[in-house]
Amino acid sequence: MGALFRSLVLFAGFVFLYGPIAVLVVMSFNASRLVTVWGGFSTKWYASLLEDQATRHATLISLEAAALSSTLATLLGLCAAVALARFGAFRTRTLFFGAVHAPLALPEVVLGLALLSAFVSFGLERGFVTLVIGHATLTMCFATVGLLAALRSCDPAQEEAAMDLGATPLQAFVLVTLPSIAPALASAFLLSFALSLDDLVIASFTTGPGATTLPMRIYSQVRLGVSPQINAISSLLLAVVGVALALSALAMRRKRA
Amino acid sequence: MPRFSPGRRIVLTAPYLWILAFFLAPMALILKISLSHPVEARPPYEPLFSLAEGPALWLEKLQALSLETYRALIDDPLYLDSYLSSLWLAAISTLLTLLVAYPFALAMARAPRHLRPLLIGLAIAPFWTSFLIRVYAWIMLLKDEGLINHALMALHLIDAPLEIYATSTAVVIGMVYSYLPFMLLPLYAALERQDPALREAAADLGASPADIFWRITLPLSARGAVAGSLMVFIPAVGEFVIPDVLGGPQTLMIGRTLWSEFFTNRDWPMASAVAILLLALLILPLVVVERLRAEGEG
Repeated sequence: MGALFRSLVLFAGFVFLYGPIAVLVVMSFNASRLVTVWGGFSTKWYASLLEDQATRHATLISLEAAALSSTLATLLGLCAAVALARFGAFRTRTLFFGAVHAPLALPEVVLGLALLSAFVSFGLERGFVTLVIGHATLTMCFATVGLLAALRSCDPAQEEAAMDLGATPLQAFVLVTLPSIAPALASAFLLSFALSLDDLVIASFTTGPGATTLPMRIYSQVRLGVSPQINAISSLLLAVVGVALALSALAMRRKRA
Repeated sequence: MPRFSPGRRIVLTAPYLWILAFFLAPMALILKISLSHPVEARPPYEPLFSLAEGPALWLEKLQALSLETYRALIDDPLYLDSYLSSLWLAAISTLLTLLVAYPFALAMARAPRHLRPLLIGLAIAPFWTSFLIRVYAWIMLLKDEGLINHALMALHLIDAPLEIYATSTAVVIGMVYSYLPFMLLPLYAALERQDPALREAAADLGASPADIFWRITLPLSARGAVAGSLMVFIPAVGEFVIPDVLGGPQTLMIGRTLWSEFFTNRDWPMASAVAILLLALLILPLVVVERLRAEGEG
C-alpha cells in the first residue's frame, strides 16, 4: 500500500468513526433546534440539563449502580480467574469455564429476560439491588477474561518462592501476585464500569420503578426524536469517557518510559 | 474433586454460586417456561406469576399459551420473518464491516511502527463510549431533514431526500458503525503479526503487488477475519438498540420482537420461547468461537 493511499484510507476511516460523534458535540452547542440550521453558539441546553430533575436522578442511579456492580464484578472475576488459572483440574471446571464465558456472547435481551424470570421466581422485588446484580453478572465475565489472561502471564514460581520463604498462600497472593496484576485489575474495573454505565437492555429488564438509569432516560427521550438536550448530556458523557481514556493512555506511557 | 483448603474453597465457591444463581438457573428457568405443559407448569410457575404485577392475567395467559407456545411460534409468520431478517441483516452488516475494516486495519498495520499503538488506540476508543449515544448520533445524519440529505441536496446531487432513516439500510449502517472496533482489533492483530520478509521474498521472486495480496496477505489474515466476523455477527443477530432506534416499524429483528413480546404483550412464555430459539440459532457460531478460544487457551 502506497503511503499516500494509506493516509487516505486512515483519514476516511477516522472520519467515519469520529464524524458522527463530532456532529453530536457540535450540535449540542447549536442555539437552533434544527440540525441543518446553525443558530449561533449557545450553552443553553447544558443549562437546561441542570434543571432537569429526572435526568439528574437517573445519572446518580447509573453512577451508583456502576460503582457497586463493577466492584462486585471485579472481585468475583478475580476469584473466578484465580480458580481457573491456579486450581488445576476440578470436576466441573469445564461447566464453570463455559458458564463464566457464556454471557459474553449471549444476546443481551436473552440474558435480561432470564435474569428477570429468576428475580421474580426468587421473590426479589425489582429495583436498584436487582439492577446491580444484573450488571455484575454481565460484567464479571469481561473482568474474568482480562484477569485470567493477566494471571496466566505471571509466573506461579514467584508465589511458590514467597511461600518457601514462609508466606501463607494468602500473603503470597496479596504481596506478590496482586501487585503484578494491578493494571489488569484496574482495567477490569474500568471496563465493567463503562459497560454498566452504558447498558440499556439488561437495565430495562432488571430494574424497577424509582431506579431508572441514565441510558433508559436517554432512550425514552430518543424515542421522541432528536433533541438538543440529549446532545448536551451525550456530549458530557463523551467528555468524561474521553478524559478518562486520555489519562489512562498518559499513565501507560509514563509507566513505559 | 481434589481436596481444597478452606481459603481456596471460598475463592471458587463465591463466583460459582453467583453464576449458578444468576446465570445457569435463570437460563434453565426460561427454557422451562418456554417448554412447559400447562398442567405440569401451573404449580411450579404459580409463584413466578403471582409475585409480579397482574398475576391473574399472566396465569391465564400461561395456561392458554404455554402448550401452544412453540407451535404458535412456528405458525405465526412474524417470528419466522424476524429470525430470517435478523440473520440476513446481521450477515450483510458483517460482510460490510469486513469490507470497511480490512483496508483500515491494513493501513494501520502498515503504518510506521511508532504510530501503530496510537492509531489502534484511536480506532477502538469509541468502543468505550456509549453505544446508545453513538447510534443516536446517526439519526441526525440520516433523517430526511438530516445532515447527509441536506449536504447532498445543497450540492444538487439529489433532488429529493434519500429516505434512509427508519429503514433496514439505516440499521445496517448503524451496525457497521457500532461493531467496527470488534472487527478491527482481530484483523489488525493478524495483519500486524505478518512478517514483512514474506512479502519481500515474494516480490524478489517476481510476484506483483496484487499477487502478494491475494496469495500471502489475505490467506494469512483469514483467522483474524473469521474471528472478527463472528464477533460482529453474533451480537448483531440479537441486537435490539440499533433496529429500535434507527429502524422503521417494518424493520423486523428478533431481539426487537422478543422485547415487544415481553414489554408490550407481556407474554412471558412466548418471549422465553423466542429467546431459546435465538440461542439455538447462535449455537453453531458460538461453538466455533469456543473452539477458537480453546485453541488460543492451549
